[in-house]
This record gives sequence, structure tokens and C-alpha cells, in this order.
Amino acid sequence: MLRIPCPVCGLRDETEFSYGGHASVKRPAMAETDPKAWMNYVFYRDNPRGRHLEFWHHVQGCRQWLVVERDTVSHVISDCRLAREDAR
Amino acid sequence: MTASRLPIGGRIDRSKPLYVTFDSRPLDAFAGDTLASALLANDEMLVGRSFKYHRPRGVFSAGVEEPNALVHLRTGGRHEPNARATMVEAFDGLVANAQNAWPSVGLDVGAANQLLAPFIGAGFYYKTFIGPFRGTRFWMFCERFIRRAAGMGSPGTLDDPDRYETVNLFCDVLVVGGGPAGLSAALAAGRTGAQVVLVEQDAQLGGALLSTPVDGPSDAWLEAIRSELSAMPNVRVLTRSTVFGAYDHDVYGVVERVWDHVAVAPEDQPRQRYAVVRTKRTVLATGAIERPMVFGGNDRPGVMLAGSVRAYVNRYAVLPGQRVVLATNNDSAYATARDLAAAGADVTLVDARHTIPDELLSQSRAEGVELRPGSAVLSAKGRGRVTGAIIVPVSENGRASAPGETIACDLIAVSGGWSPTLHLWSQRQQKPVFDAKKACFVPAGDTVPTMTCAGDAQAAGGVSAAIEDGFSAGKEAAIATGATNATGYAPEAPEPWPGDDWTRGIAPLWTVTKPDGKPAGKAFVDLQHDVTTSDIDLAHREGYQAVEHLKRYTTTGMATDQGKLSNVNALARMAQLRDAEIADVGTTTFRPPYTPITIGALAGNETGHHFRATRLTTIDGWHRAHGAVMTEAGAWLRPWYYRQAGEDVRAAYIREAAHVRQHVGIVDVSTLGKVAVQGPDAAEFLNRIYVNGWKTLPVGRLRYGVMLREDGFVLDDGATARLGEHDYFMSTTTANAAPVLAFAERLLQTAWTDLEVHVTSVTDQWAAIAVAGPKARDLLTAVVGDADLSRDALPNNHFTHGRIDGTEVRVHRMSYSGELAYELYVPALFGRAVWEALIAAGDPFNLKPYGTEAMGALRVEKGHVAGPELEGRTTLKDLGLEGFASAKKPFVGSVLRNRPALTDADRPTLVGLEIDGELGALPGSLLFAADGPTEGHGEGWVSSTTYSPALGKNIAMGLLKNGPSRMGETVRVVDFVGDRTLKATVVSHHFFDPKGERQNA
Repeated sequence: MLRIPCPVCGLRDETEFSYGGHASVKRPAMAETDPKAWMNYVFYRDNPRGRHLEFWHHVQGCRQWLVVERDTVSHVISDCRLAREDAR
Repeated sequence: MTASRLPIGGRIDRSKPLYVTFDSRPLDAFAGDTLASALLANDEMLVGRSFKYHRPRGVFSAGVEEPNALVHLRTGGRHEPNARATMVEAFDGLVANAQNAWPSVGLDVGAANQLLAPFIGAGFYYKTFIGPFRGTRFWMFCERFIRRAAGMGSPGTLDDPDRYETVNLFCDVLVVGGGPAGLSAALAAGRTGAQVVLVEQDAQLGGALLSTPVDGPSDAWLEAIRSELSAMPNVRVLTRSTVFGAYDHDVYGVVERVWDHVAVAPEDQPRQRYAVVRTKRTVLATGAIERPMVFGGNDRPGVMLAGSVRAYVNRYAVLPGQRVVLATNNDSAYATARDLAAAGADVTLVDARHTIPDELLSQSRAEGVELRPGSAVLSAKGRGRVTGAIIVPVSENGRASAPGETIACDLIAVSGGWSPTLHLWSQRQQKPVFDAKKACFVPAGDTVPTMTCAGDAQAAGGVSAAIEDGFSAGKEAAIATGATNATGYAPEAPEPWPGDDWTRGIAPLWTVTKPDGKPAGKAFVDLQHDVTTSDIDLAHREGYQAVEHLKRYTTTGMATDQGKLSNVNALARMAQLRDAEIADVGTTTFRPPYTPITIGALAGNETGHHFRATRLTTIDGWHRAHGAVMTEAGAWLRPWYYRQAGEDVRAAYIREAAHVRQHVGIVDVSTLGKVAVQGPDAAEFLNRIYVNGWKTLPVGRLRYGVMLREDGFVLDDGATARLGEHDYFMSTTTANAAPVLAFAERLLQTAWTDLEVHVTSVTDQWAAIAVAGPKARDLLTAVVGDADLSRDALPNNHFTHGRIDGTEVRVHRMSYSGELAYELYVPALFGRAVWEALIAAGDPFNLKPYGTEAMGALRVEKGHVAGPELEGRTTLKDLGLEGFASAKKPFVGSVLRNRPALTDADRPTLVGLEIDGELGALPGSLLFAADGPTEGHGEGWVSSTTYSPALGKNIAMGLLKNGPSRMGETVRVVDFVGDRTLKATVVSHHFFDPKGERQNA
């Protein structure tokens, strides 16, 4: 079981969170009309071995969306921050 | 010649005799015995039958690795199959029975399977898939017999009467194993001041020390350590507890068998406790498991592991045999030889090595042990129990180099070396390496730096090395967590026993064979799954040579003991056949659990009614008191219908729905998702998340909205009210409340950080009651004070505030049923009071409650979409909701909803169906053209169905290719499950009052 260091709640079990996919994709601006930009945002993903930025939602806690930096081989979590900080 | 209880010695309490039975025969047993030691003390050598061939089997070991002595334990609801007799503590009233044998272990009809042995070798199971008669019919024919013949114990069928519980433990250092290394590790870590949890699977601490003679130097050492540990408040010791799983981020699963050692747990006490341990560092002091040697008839009752024989002699005061042949390839068996001789047994020690360390040689001779260097056991003689052993001189590859000699004996004790217990270490995806010098797999590398092996678990070599190793591992682990107190020195080791360092001078010997390389008779590699050397040979011939293939093809290591005894011998045999080194053949990965655990322990209290939380509305009590039959809606329980005498659900919902259209009804809609959307940018937020526009909605109004997912499919719908300048109240469907909120939070936190908006779930804060029917206004006017509900003052899609029975309520005018209708939003705790006030005032208006089934009938009559239509694969256009989409602004999904596949004119589109006949259609039925073939997935499907009291016929909603252009066409509605075909006419899904005149009344 992963244990995620939520910046608001502290170290908490994975079971309190839900996974939200890649955090390296950036949502296109609302005015974007090119379907390719939206296809990239919604569908296309890399599957890296090693460092991975991913969204986790602390559903059973502070309800913050987090960006977690996790190694997909060792599961070591090297960073966890509020997603709103990355989005700025 | 028999096995028997020794008159003195042992760690049993002869003053506490216990009543224990095996197959209804009473056994003499004492406190401190296991079921296995009691069986041996009573000369019960034959205790079970093997998995496939039903061969007679006896106790083989004294620990968790036991492959043979699996029994049925206890009776009634406490019945338990596959209990390892070696791990069952004897208690007063213990009832055990042999399993996998009929009519008895002594006379087992299944033993005829041995005649079929040539046909049920490795891979036979898979071969039944392909021949000799191709096809599944032959497989299914074989499967019946395979299922009946195979297997071990039978499961219980009654409810388990015992309690189980789950706890969470947190510590700095987790020490697994309470032998010399583990005790020393816990001691060192405890002295630093760190929080320590020590877990031992046995009832007693001590590990290998418990197998040494009682009152010897080990006992004094143990007592000193135990008392120091028990005085440390920061050290918690769990005995009778197994760490069964090692998981990511240093989380461990532990099952504590709190009251398994008595007949019935004390009242209110759990029988077992499942602990989830979260630690910072872990020391694995899990010891090593002795390996058997493979030779002909090595499964006969009376063949046992040498170290286990020593445990029976010294710990349980049981002499398992009087004439013993002891076969070894390493030093460790010499202690067994010594203790057997001291207990009065006649011992012949057969050592495969040609040169034996001098001190062992001279010592053994002094003890009267007959030594046979350079020899091994080629086969065991006897059927129900061992009567003799054929001894041969062997060369290094295990082949006999000269004819054998038969020695009469009643016990063959074997030691083929030891395997460090690396299961938990391996569960973290680490691969051990083969150490040829020590003839075992050892841990290597540090991909999980928070986990350290100590003592025998990393083949440290002997008792004093284990103590030193454990102590320094415990100390380092504690320091790594920030503990600082001085540890002092490791405790001085007790005097070692002969050959305590099994890593020294071992000569690898795996299988003993005749000169031609074949064993003399059936030679078992995996005793529990009946895998023999010839199965390994067959797998090799048929190309299943990689370890993972070998394992699955022969099923070696796949029984309940998970190959604790068999893995290395199987690999060694394969290496020999491939002419490769064991190091190159490799080993398989271990997975949890280390030993079998009960489902009861994992389930804990979360069974039956407590399996998951149930959500109830605040009006729930009234519903139940008034005949409501409840139905599940996600986690919610809602009134399905209110039963009247003699009614079934169909009669009830037809009555309730018809009543609403004629008079007035109320329904509890508190389960609707409710989200407070607040902030200066709330309108902009709604404008982005809904497909329709929100900038023009004035305070005091509400509006229906639809939202899409990012990929352009419909997500949800519902009404949102503007309560104030920056304050909106959004409602979602019951099912989508959580996903919609999470989606809104995602957008606001990961993308739209420029918007100043808060979204908060207020589902539980508000009860909601829908009032529908021609007399709805009359009813509410009579009950609601401080509000003008007249047609002009409160038109559709407006809301106002009022009071019912002193409670402030918000009255939304909107209609789901198509009637003149309102929704009342009430602070949750007053939900029932307001509901009862409505009921109390309802008689003059003929007010009746209705349930979800009638609500569904009313909405299908109106053609409103709901869960069965909003199922994640439908677009706005599919559902006829395209008109809501604004062309003036972008919204979530506005670009991707125009993908070609989503705008294909051929897509199934929402239609109404009038079903011929009395029966009505079933949701999920497929739609086919009246004269086309009944093939494939059809041209659409039925989503929602009901009987319409207003129309007096069965109707349905469905999605049909080119639906809107097919009005009036006859289609076939095919239910493949019930094998029934109906005819239906395609109509508009706005079945009833399509102009909406009734709701505007």
C-alpha cells in the first residue's frame, strides 16, 4: 500500500485517495478549438519507467488535488504538492 | 517399534493433561504440545493422504513448512480445513480429523489413484484441454473427476460464530521472528528508545533455541532477553502472530491468533486480529527452513526432517522413532544425532560427505552413533510407515556408486541443507542469489533499503553469528529512524550445539538415484502437491524448463505450503537436467500470504450488515413505519414502493403513479446530489461546466443543465438555483453526486485556478421532498406560511422561501413527473418533521407518498433521461438534448463532442417504444428491424421500461439507429436472456402531455 504525504493532512494511506492520471498534461485554454490539443489532453499518455508525475485526489481527506512524484518501479514518492501550485 | 513420549524433559507441562481426539481416538496430550507432537507421542504415524495419489502420509516437520499433516480441525461453525497439525497448539477439547481420505486414512479408496499415476503426471490437467478427443466436452468430462479426486480439506458450510477484528499498528522498527537474531534485534532497537514491534509466529519466543535440550544454556539466555524486553515499554511483543505480507511503503500485514489455542474464545474477545503495521524499518529475522532430500519413497510416514526430529525430542519430549537412520549432507544433523542418542534411540548417521569435521566425528562416536560417511539413503522401505532404509555409497552427483544395504529402522530423519526464509523479502520484488558454497539462496542487493535480513535469514552462520548480526541490524534500523540512546553490547551467546552453523562445509546433494540417474521408486519433490522427479523430468522433456513454466506445468510449489520445502529441490533437479547451475536457473517470486490466513481475519467486523456503510435519509424512519419496501440506490436505501395489502411491486407503482396524476403525491428525493457553488466567479464556472448558458440567470430562478465529460459524452444533468449574487445551489443525480463534485474540484484546482469559486458538498445538509400532482399547489398553500405560491408569483423554474411547521424551507417550482410540482429543500434534521407536517395536512387533498418505482414510471411517461440513459456512452444528440448546447461559448467537452464518431448520423438515438402485449419489455433487450435478421448487436437497445397508467399500455425508452426518422415503424424487441421477442412501435419519447401543459398549470 502506498502512503502519500499529503501537504495538508500528513502521511496518509493510499486508500483515502483516488488516482487521477498523469499530472504532466496541461488542460488547453477554454478557447482552444483544435481537436488535436484536446485529444492530447484527454487520451494520449506516456507510460514511463521511473519518475512519474501523477494526480491524486484526497477524496477521504482534505479533498485537495495533489501532484505526486512517484517512481513507477520502486513506488518511492519523492514529492507531493498541491496541484493548484503547479497550475499557477 | 513405535514413537513414544519420553518420561522426562521437554517444554511440556505434564501436570496439565488435555483431552484431544484424532479421528475420534483420544490422544494423550499435555499443555505445550502441538497436535503433531501429540499425534507422534501416541504413535499416530499415518495422519493424512496425499493430494493426487492418496498415498499415506505422516508428520514431516515441526513448523509452518509442514506439507503432509493437514487435518480438519474443530466442528460445526468453527470447522477449519487444511490446518497444519504442527502449528496447532493442543488444547482441552481439541477435535481433529483426517481429511482427503475415505472411509479412513488407514483404508482409503482414493489410493486407487496410484494405479492411474502414469496418466496424471505433470501437465495432465492441461492435456485434457486438447486431447485425445478435441474440444471442451472431453475437458468437462475429465474436470468432474479431477475436482472430486483432488483437493485437500473440505470447507465449512455454517456461519463462523467467532469475532474477528482489525487494528492499525505504527512503529519505528518491526522485527519479524523471535529467534536468537530477532530477539537480539528487538533488544538493540528497544535499548535505543525506538518504538519496536516484535512478531513471532510460535506461541513461544526462542526460535531454534526451543529445540535445544531443556534447562540448558539456551534457556538462561532466553530468560534474560525475555525479561529485559518485557521491561521495555517501547517494545511490543506479538506471539502467535504471523507477518504474512510485505507491501509497498513499509506496510505489513499481520494476523494474530489471539484465541486459536482454546476451544472457544472468551466472550467479547476476537479469535483472530488482523493488524496493518506501518513501520519505518524492518529487520527480517525469519530464520531458515530445512530442506529434505529426494529419494525413493521419501514421502513414507516415518520420513521426517532432522531438525524437526530434534524439536520433537527436546521441546515436546517425544521420541519419533527408536531405530533411526539420519541422512545428511551438512553439519546440522549431528545435534539431532546427539539428542536422539541421549534419549535412547539407536542412530545410524549417513553423511553424504566423504570427509567429516574431526570434532563431529569423534563426538558422534563417543555418543554411540554409527557413522556412514560418503553414503546416502536411496529409498525408504515400508508402506503405512517406514520399516527400513536402503543405504548406498554415493558420488557427488547423488548417484549410487555401489549396491545398497538395507538397514531396518522406524524413522528416517533427513537434512539436505537449509533455505533462508526470504518470502517477505522476495514479496518486495527482490531477487535472491544462489550461494553455491552455502548451497542456498541468500538475499542480495538493497532495492528496499528499509528492510534488512539478519541471522539465518541471510545464512549468517550459527547461533552466535545470528545474535551479533541481529543485534547490529536492530541497532542500525533504530538509528536510521532517529533513535539515539546507547545500546551497549550484544548479549553473550549461549554455548552452541554441534553443527549449529549449517553453512559450513555443506556438500550439495539434492536427489539420490540409482547409477542410471533414476530414483528407486517414486521420489517426491513436492510432497503436498504430489510432484515427483519424473514430473520434473517430463516438464524438461516437453520444454517447460524456465522456472516459472516449471512451476505452473508441474504445480510444484503451488500447494498451501507454497513450496517451502520443494522449491530448491525442484530447481536443482531442473538445473541438473539442463546441465546448468542453479544460479542460472533462478527462483520464482514469492507472493503473500507467507502462510495461509483466514478470510475471517481479513474481513474483521465488516461482514453481513456491516460489509459497507448504508446511507439513510432523515425521513427513513417514517418510510419504514408506513410500509415502505426499500431498495438500494448506490449506498442509499430509498422507498421503492409503499406496500398495501395483497400488492406486488407492479400493482403498487401503478397505483402510486396514477394517484400522482390524479391527486397529489410526495416522494423523498433527499438522495439527490447537492453542491454549493459559491464565489464571484460562480456563474463563469457554471458556464464552463454546463453545456448551456448561466450568465443571464437572475437570483430567485433555477435552470436545468447538462454537463459533459472531457471526452464529449454526457456526464450528468440536474437543476441549479441561483440563491444570491455569488451563491448557487447545484443538484446532481443520486448516482453521480460524488463523481461530479470530484470533477468540479479537479477543474478548479488543476486548470481553472483563475476562478474564485468554492464547491462544497451539501448533500447531507439538505433533505428534499418532491410534491407532485394537480393538487400540489393547494396542498402547499395550506401548509407553507410566509410565501406566495400563486401561479403568477411562482412560475416554473422559480423558487421562494417559506415556512412549514416553523421550519424554514425553500420551495423550488420544477417538475420531474410532468405534473404541477415543487421540490422542498429543508435543513436535513427537520426533513421528517416537514414530511410529517405535509402528511398531516394532506387528507383534504388525498395526499399519498410514492416510491422510486412510481417516480420512474412518471419520468418514463414524460421521456426524461435518467441513469439508464446517462450511462457514459451517450452524447447530447443521442439523447435529444442537443438543443441545450450553447453555440456562443466553449464548455467542457465542446470540442471533442464534435468528433466524427460522435456525430455519426447512424448513432442510436433516443426514441419511445410502445410495446405490444401485456408483458412489457425488459431493459437491455436489443432492437431489430421487423423483417431483418436477428444477428449481432441489433440496431439499438431498450434502456428504461414501465407500464404507463396514463396511457394504459407498456412503454419503453430506447436508443435506435436513425431513431427520429423511424417514427411509426414496427421493430422487434429481443430479450436474449429470457429468449423472448416482442413487437413495438417507434414513437416520440415524450409519451405524455408532450406540450407540458400540466406542469405549467
